[in-house]
Amino acid sequence: MIATLLFYAFAAVLTVAALGVVTSKNPVHAAFFLVLAFFQSALLWLLIDAEFLAIVLVLVYVGAVMVLFLFVVMMLDINVEQLRQGYTRYLPLGVVVAGVVILEIVHVIWYRSQGLPILSVPTSHGPDYSNTKELGAVLYTEHVFAFEIAAVLLLLAIVAAITLTMRKRPGLKVQNIAEQVAVRSADRIRVVKVDAVTDAKD
Amino acid sequence: MIDLQLAAAEVFMVCAICVVLLVDVWLPDERRLLTFRLALLSLVGAAVCSAYYLPNGSVTAFSESFVTDPASAVMKIFAYLIVGLVFIYSRDFLMRAGLFKGEFFILALFALLGIMVMLSAHSMLTMYLGLELLALSQYALVAFDRDSPIAAESAMKYFVLGAIASGTLLYGISFIYGVTGTIQLGAIAAHFSQPGAITVPALLGLAFIIVGVAFKFGAVPFHMWLPDVYQGSSTPVTLFIGSVPKIAAFALAWRILSESLGDMHGSWQTMLAVLCVLSLVIGNIVAIAQSNIKRMLAYSTISHVGFIFMGFIAGTEDGLQAAMFYTLVYTLMAAAAFGMVILLSRSGFDAENLDDFKGLNARSPWFAFVMLMVMFSMAGVPPFVGFYAKLVVLGSVLDAGLIWLAITGVLLAVIGAFYYLRVVWFMYFVDPVDDSPLDAALDFRVVISANGLGLLALGLFPGVLLDLCARVIG
Amino acid sequence: MSALLTYVDELLVGLGVPAPLPYVVVTGIKIVVVLLPLILSVAYFTYWERKIIGWIQHRLGPNRVGWNGVLQPFADVIKMLFKEIVVPANSNRFLFLLAPLVSLVTAFSVWAVVPFSETFVIAEIDAGLLYVLALTSLGVYGVIIAGWASNSKYAFLGAMRSAAQIVAYEIAMGFALVGVLMAGGSLKLGDIVLAQQGTSLLSWFFIPLFPLFLVYFISGLAETNRAPFDVAEGESEIVAGFHVEYGGIAFGLFFLAEYANMILITALTVLFFLGGWLSPFAGIAGLEGTWLAQSGFHWLAAKMVFFMFCFLWVRATFPRYRYDQIMRLGWKVFLPITIIWIFVEGVLVALEVGPWAV
Repeated sequence: MIATLLFYAFAAVLTVAALGVVTSKNPVHAAFFLVLAFFQSALLWLLIDAEFLAIVLVLVYVGAVMVLFLFVVMMLDINVEQLRQGYTRYLPLGVVVAGVVILEIVHVIWYRSQGLPILSVPTSHGPDYSNTKELGAVLYTEHVFAFEIAAVLLLLAIVAAITLTMRKRPGLKVQNIAEQVAVRSADRIRVVKVDAVTDAKD
Repeated sequence: MIDLQLAAAEVFMVCAICVVLLVDVWLPDERRLLTFRLALLSLVGAAVCSAYYLPNGSVTAFSESFVTDPASAVMKIFAYLIVGLVFIYSRDFLMRAGLFKGEFFILALFALLGIMVMLSAHSMLTMYLGLELLALSQYALVAFDRDSPIAAESAMKYFVLGAIASGTLLYGISFIYGVTGTIQLGAIAAHFSQPGAITVPALLGLAFIIVGVAFKFGAVPFHMWLPDVYQGSSTPVTLFIGSVPKIAAFALAWRILSESLGDMHGSWQTMLAVLCVLSLVIGNIVAIAQSNIKRMLAYSTISHVGFIFMGFIAGTEDGLQAAMFYTLVYTLMAAAAFGMVILLSRSGFDAENLDDFKGLNARSPWFAFVMLMVMFSMAGVPPFVGFYAKLVVLGSVLDAGLIWLAITGVLLAVIGAFYYLRVVWFMYFVDPVDDSPLDAALDFRVVISANGLGLLALGLFPGVLLDLCARVIG
Repeated sequence: MSALLTYVDELLVGLGVPAPLPYVVVTGIKIVVVLLPLILSVAYFTYWERKIIGWIQHRLGPNRVGWNGVLQPFADVIKMLFKEIVVPANSNRFLFLLAPLVSLVTAFSVWAVVPFSETFVIAEIDAGLLYVLALTSLGVYGVIIAGWASNSKYAFLGAMRSAAQIVAYEIAMGFALVGVLMAGGSLKLGDIVLAQQGTSLLSWFFIPLFPLFLVYFISGLAETNRAPFDVAEGESEIVAGFHVEYGGIAFGLFFLAEYANMILITALTVLFFLGGWLSPFAGIAGLEGTWLAQSGFHWLAAKMVFFMFCFLWVRATFPRYRYDQIMRLGWKVFLPITIIWIFVEGVLVALEVGPWAV
């Protein structure tokens, strides 16, 4: 009962946030709406005992990806008017495509309600059930090959990003920290013994 | 054999990439050749692994997500060979252009790893991951020449369109998963072999998958990225993405369409036939209007894709063998063709236009002849191997009773021959625009000559490769 | 404490209160029991900070309000409460006022999974460690929103600096926690502490995970934008960073969140590496039965106080890092250290060496 109520509440906010993403005029606001949408989807996942996915969604998308995204969006001065040029021109095409997609989805849902087996709501596991442990067990056994390939994919992404962005600019002043740390006082200061000038010699 | 042995080539390749990456980081610029040599060495090592652990039949590993069979092993070894050619052809060009960096070889090896994963994929997930591995390396490779705005532009186009295509493919896969409840290719095939399993949602998924496959092949109407990307990237990169990834595209179609959705053949035959005819028409006709050789070869690729599709359309074992034969031959021809484009470039000058081939005979009769072999082979003139490739795919289509498709193919091949022969005419009967001698290292000359002569030799004895294809696939 | 809560729960159920309500009431009591002392500690942490830094610098520190200045925090709070909150022109009013709340909510909500003793924790969830990571990573939104909504270049610069820094150090922090969860074998914070239970303090994780312990604590300094990583505030160049436009209690909320986060970092460091509420004198003969050998909240508090002192000590001792050096430390020093140590730890676990011997 309460879970159902919560579901509708979170789903409603999620829908509003998703609409906000596409309708806001200011890209920064759109990004914040996206953050809200991610958050709500994480809550929906929590409702079906998928706490690992929920928390990781928040950790990765909200905590890291969207921060970097906002970073870029805030720095750019995006002219929304310019982006909206041709809006009316492409609108009919967009409406047709959207209509087709909606028809397809409705068709599939309708089709599925016609005697195809429908998955029941998964039963809730007991309090001892650890979603994280289950996922880990599957990831490192059954899907280990795909998991490792995904890791290679991330390595490739790092290599590609560095390839495309790292430039050694000529004339750039850089410190060699190891060298700085290795400096001893003898390298910089010479202690000279100077005899005191004695006027009272004579 | 344990799982890791079955995947020995992939495991070796991952380790080799890491080694090359680490070695390259510590190398000073003047010793960069070591990266090149290590990259070639890792290809040899992978070939040894693939050959040593050659399975007798089809064996799956890693909980059915990986499969290795003689066909995939042969194609992997072929892919190593072509990547090796790419490296050798590219070396001097990259040095002259100031692009001789370890990343080129590392990204290419990553792409090769993606191709290997795709060839051995036995689940939608591994197929998709391999595809992304390949695609991501290709995006980075296209943008590799960072100071060239046209390269950046084409990388952007490729990236956006590629992302959409990947999304479409994933969407299709999700439909298939929804219908069958599994992502393992064998289990999907088992599901669709039941009577009445082909439902509307399954067809919807199939349509999206076909779109994804067609994009990766560059079949019309999903070909828009191809000419721009071929023209925009620097020639070694064009050489790479123009040749080896076609093996991956073949793997995608082979594993998903023939192996797992084979029972839906009746449904995808028509879709592929439409793509095939469109590719033949647009590819062959638009190529005539090109003055840029890279763009011309891009349209020629599109037309060859039409021919590769014919093998799948037939849906028979012979058709599959023909498609494999055509793919392998095509990668060899493409490598030689782009290798010739690189050969004509010098420092500060990229050969890009058809005009650069004018009077090549006067400058270097031998390389004019090599180019002649490549062009004749692409056009499908006997006794070059391209002729047999066309012959077997057309034969398979005829066997399947699609006479109209075979006739269309022949007609358009004849039209297409025009622009290949135009290059030959330029080389032999037009005066050179500039007559400076060709400048290339000895190994480059030897390898590209062997590449060209290989097309002739395979054409004289097509049975060797045809038998191999027939033995391993099906 | 838990006996009392059980009593309340049974009482409410006995009175016939419908199902979720007793749980809500009990949890509400727990939250109050945690948050009120927390806010008080923040207040006295600020006082203590000024005193200690004063002593380190041969000054007296606040000594006017109350005996030796003990009422100073209250004076500050009252002052802030009565000040006007000025919303800058052309700023986004909603986001401007939302920002301090975001900071505060994320800083407080992490405390939900922090165990204060073997029995007392607000919410004992399985993925507690992940929850901590996720919620601490959200803290940066308060800073970003504040910086952007203020419509001021200083605030914006501060927010950018802070966001980049927090994202960078979060990775090292996360990797350090990977080491902790490998050692603890659980994501539940309580279980991690119990995994450190042994004969003496030598079984605590700070010994096998020493590099991770250092990385975690120093990253904690950076995460909370504390000296010597406080370039986000950078009084000398960008005035006060992201909260330059905030006044009154809106500023006070940022302040509260920052100090609550500092206390949180100390609590987490203690829980992950120093045996949480476990007593360091557990196995020593002659002390059995005394409070010294008894594990409990007092030990957690004592250890936290030590680390809170370290925060202040560091602040009074070290000059501020330059920004590129901060980035270098995070990406090129801490990240490799954590990765290498996770690898070493993996080898140790696989070979069952040291604390992982079966």
